[in-house]
Amino acid sequence: MTADNATNSRPIIDVRGVWKRFGTAEVLKGIDLAIRKSEVTCIIGPSGSGKSTLLRCIAFLEEYSEGEIYIEGELLGFALEGGKRRRVSDAEVARVRRNVGFVFQQFNLWPHMTALENVAMPLKLARGIAREDAEKRARRMLEKVGLGHRAGAYPSQLSGGQQQRVGIARALAMEPHIMLFDEPTSALDPELVGEVLQVMRDLAAEGMTMAVVTHEMGFAAQVADTVVFIDHGVIAASGSPQQVFRKDENPRLRQFLQNYFERNVFWQGGEDAAS
Amino acid sequence: MFDFNLIIKSLPMLLEASVWTVVYSLTSVAIGFCIGTLMCAAGLSASRLGRGISAFYVSFFRGVPLLVQLLISYYCLPLIGVNVPSSVAAVGTLALCTGAYLAEILRGGFLGISPGLIEAARMVGLSRRQILTRIEVPLAVRLTLPALVNETTMMVKASSLISVVGVLELTRLAQNIATSTFQPLEIYLTAGAIYFVINGAITLLGQLAESRFRLETAR
Repeated sequence: MTADNATNSRPIIDVRGVWKRFGTAEVLKGIDLAIRKSEVTCIIGPSGSGKSTLLRCIAFLEEYSEGEIYIEGELLGFALEGGKRRRVSDAEVARVRRNVGFVFQQFNLWPHMTALENVAMPLKLARGIAREDAEKRARRMLEKVGLGHRAGAYPSQLSGGQQQRVGIARALAMEPHIMLFDEPTSALDPELVGEVLQVMRDLAAEGMTMAVVTHEMGFAAQVADTVVFIDHGVIAASGSPQQVFRKDENPRLRQFLQNYFERNVFWQGGEDAAS
Repeated sequence: MFDFNLIIKSLPMLLEASVWTVVYSLTSVAIGFCIGTLMCAAGLSASRLGRGISAFYVSFFRGVPLLVQLLISYYCLPLIGVNVPSSVAAVGTLALCTGAYLAEILRGGFLGISPGLIEAARMVGLSRRQILTRIEVPLAVRLTLPALVNETTMMVKASSLISVVGVLELTRLAQNIATSTFQPLEIYLTAGAIYFVINGAITLLGQLAESRFRLETAR
């Protein structure tokens, strides 16, 4: 079908030559990245490499300094006028990114609202959905992330893993076309990481388009369609997990992966534990 | 000697006047809260004009004695052709004054809100105004509740000043009775006791709210 072909050929997110500067510090130095429908893109890299900044630019939580980011064909955050770009209004930004969901490292649930209210309130206010319908949908979303029984709990009464799942439910309730995850498990105790990753696996299996900044190499290897390695503000390697984890010979990537494996291997079988 | 009969006789009148004290002071705190929120938001905004207006506002209403502000509005408003009942002018002045203090109190609360909570609100499409009323103000109130209760009790007491511009409230009525009976001791003691009870009730309400908010953070 031509309509489907059109949407398949055009990326949902199209990042073109994006630079981000904080004062004199150059955090992103010419990033090109396309994310297509139903693809899972995992963004890995050392801390300070710019991977979170890239995700925040795609959500326009940071204004990018140069380049273009298109969301479903629409330029995000700016209007081009005679070769110059002009910052558009907050309302216009909100309109262009309405189909982008964001999940934060620190969850960022509103502490004065229950889990249910955290999910239902945006539906009521931003989408104008009647209270009853909003709460019904919110309940469904909480059930989807396995928290139907905790709807009435305040964030402080939930574990980190539960809070993050509410965060995911809150984003999902807006029926996004793409979900951005900014190190969603980095703030969690190790035993709580699995429950969040499982929810994300399920989402990927349903065909949700996802971009995930993560240190979970296992998740990236198993779930990602594309793995992007960012180093010093540039994409130093990208491709299938197989390609990036096994074949790519970029020395910075190999060093990064080597460090990761050394940190995570605690027993190597033989007589000696890994040093 | 101490005349309990006079107290008993004038108590109904004093209580009626104290209703006005409560109405005037709580109304001005409510209006002042809205002013304070706007001034606080303006003061923290990116707009230089907004920050300037907010800074000027706060420095004026905190820097000039409330009594002088009341006299200015009482004598000067009619001069510039604004004819409103003195009670309205008085409540307006109280509101403007407490608004400056509330703006500073709330500023502390706004600054205490994690920026991530605002980002989360922006990402689900809430408007600037919705973020202010649904996220920032409720959280700022929780963070600054003791100071807000304090400011409210201050305003109940400060409302006694509006007696000088001829508005009938507890202090004004007490003055009237005291001058007509020549027994100021009994009357002012009673008036003082009523203020004390009103502020006791406000403090109690504040504590109730605080324990209600604590439920949200209890594990």
